[in-house]
Amino acid sequence: MTVPDSPRSGPVSTGPASTGPGGAGEGGSAPAVRPGGLVAQVGVERGSFALRAALTVPAGEVVCVLGPNGAGKTTLLRALAGLLPLTGGRLVLDGQVLDDPAAGAFLPAHRRPVGVVFQDYLLFPHLSARDNIAFGLRARHRAGRRAARAAADGWLDRLGLAAHGDRRPAALSGGQAQRVAIARALAPGPRLLLLDEPLAALDIATRSEVRAQLATTLGTLDASVLMVTHDPLDAMILADRLVILEAGRVVQSGPAAEVARRPRTPYVARLVGLNLYAGTASGDRVALAGGGELRVPADVGRVGGDTGDGAVLVAIRPTAVALHTEAPSHGSPRNVLAGPVEGLEPFGDRVRVTVASTPAIHADITAAALADLRLAPGRLVWATVKATDLDVYPAHGS
Amino acid sequence: MTSGTAAGPADAAGPGAPGDPAGAPVAAARPRRGGRRPAADGRVPWPLALPAAGALAFLLLPLVALLIRAPWRGLPGLLGQSSVHQALFLSIQTATVATGVCVLIGVPLAWVIARSRLPGRSVIQALITLPLVLPPVVDGVALLLAFGRNGVIGRRVDAWFGITLPFTTTGVVVAETFVAMPFLVVSVAGALATADRRYEDAAATLGAGRWLAFRRVTLPMAAPAVAAGAVLCWARALGEFGATITFAGNFPGTTQTMPLAVYLALETDPDAAIALSLLLLAVCVVVLVALRRRWLPGARGASVAL
Repeated sequence: MTVPDSPRSGPVSTGPASTGPGGAGEGGSAPAVRPGGLVAQVGVERGSFALRAALTVPAGEVVCVLGPNGAGKTTLLRALAGLLPLTGGRLVLDGQVLDDPAAGAFLPAHRRPVGVVFQDYLLFPHLSARDNIAFGLRARHRAGRRAARAAADGWLDRLGLAAHGDRRPAALSGGQAQRVAIARALAPGPRLLLLDEPLAALDIATRSEVRAQLATTLGTLDASVLMVTHDPLDAMILADRLVILEAGRVVQSGPAAEVARRPRTPYVARLVGLNLYAGTASGDRVALAGGGELRVPADVGRVGGDTGDGAVLVAIRPTAVALHTEAPSHGSPRNVLAGPVEGLEPFGDRVRVTVASTPAIHADITAAALADLRLAPGRLVWATVKATDLDVYPAHGS
Repeated sequence: MTSGTAAGPADAAGPGAPGDPAGAPVAAARPRRGGRRPAADGRVPWPLALPAAGALAFLLLPLVALLIRAPWRGLPGLLGQSSVHQALFLSIQTATVATGVCVLIGVPLAWVIARSRLPGRSVIQALITLPLVLPPVVDGVALLLAFGRNGVIGRRVDAWFGITLPFTTTGVVVAETFVAMPFLVVSVAGALATADRRYEDAAATLGAGRWLAFRRVTLPMAAPAVAAGAVLCWARALGEFGATITFAGNFPGTTQTMPLAVYLALETDPDAAIALSLLLLAVCVVVLVALRRRWLPGARGASVAL
């Protein structure tokens, strides 16, 4: 799978009814620089769970927040939307303070220029698709019924739903409902768009089609976009930048390709399908935290040297791992890890073999190779990886 | 023999991101769902069927008796009297006004009970069901003590505004409202408490304040429960007897509703009582059936099935 760099066109006006965002940010006292987009230090404490995450989303950028269940993704979205007040930190959108508990400032959800696409859309079941889209224009911009409906019709037209304006949400397909939900969120012209698992409710067949449409829609937006997902594919395709959230903390952030190539935690490594090891580098060896040692290209000693303590991460693509049923002869500078086969799992057109060596390693082999080798759980195998196939990078991000 | 490299580093294109793994479970779930269907036939186990039949018979037999014993031949004459029309009109009028009052002030109370974090909320909730369980005559006595000419509030209302409630048509409405409102409040509060509040979140993110969200999202979504509650309320008000006769008396034309007329007639002219009962039954059936078709198609989850 390749990771496309979603092309970003210039700022384009968003809504058909550009009543303009409700400009309440006057803060004219200090001649501070007005940073566009979202600048957030989110602190939310709820019982034993604490979310502390700093993130910025410049206008026009799409940031995907990935994380396991319970990482605080939904809490983050609710805090940004104003449905949950911060207990610490500060939220600023286009220079306007949305939440600042230290200063006693809090702008409630209905006064924030923020649009939300909820996970199961939450389209109002008693309103037609048209009135769902018109809702925000009437509520936020006090638009008249007729004007709001006309603007909603513009959105329906553009989404190819012109014939469905009178339908109730229950009569829409999943893909149609998703488009109506996005139109409803965008119609009032938000400066920040939040999407909570926007594709999770769709079946596989419509998913890729809707994903492509979503990419187009988000690509032309001039607002900041923050999307929560646990599907790495959605993230890779839709995001300019990924933020990985684990246990209420940002553990990694960066361009999708960068995160996919150099994961920083086991969760991210699993997500992008890489073997990941933490260890200490010296010379051409890395002593692993979990036991064992890996041979790495000689010049990577410097990598660890940058951080002083030699702490590095080593990423290995499972496709770069070869398996043998007999001990390979020594020679080329490669790593040999011996251990029993622990698991076999179909993985696309390949089979992922987990070897319980020290350290444990995943190898992706073809089904034909699997048959050749007669692999079965418990069988002793040797996994080899060339030193040059190891990606070694500092454990502490810059 | 050294086995050759089985899996070379062939796929160098990019990270081996996991493909969409969700295809299999959907396909696997389908046949199972289909397989379960034949079991769900309409057969009722006899330990349930027998008592159910008994209950149904018990509920319907008195109505059948009413129809059997009805003086069909004399009916036009009995029902043609203007006093009957008067009582019927008064009943429908007061029940409808009482229902209107219940909706106007009962829905906000239901919202407060279901949604606010008011201290003593559970106490309020218990108290409002009190008129529901008290004997209606006791309700009437309580009303007299509060709104009677010498009542706690009634005395002042009488002194300041010259308004007396007991033994007036307004008094009938007060008595019916008092007795019927819990039906509406309980029904609507239940619906509001179990409603998905994320719709209100969605409304808030679209710029709606709490009042607007209530008006345009919460209330319309609770409409089936409000309608069901109002129907219950109306039916209860129409049949109200004890509180009405205690608080409002039994004056033909001003406070004599149909149930009072039936009771009075039973002592002097049983045939007239049966005729009045039939009329009340017919009105109830017609109104409830009409309402059920028009207003309650979606009231599946509501606490009423008429």
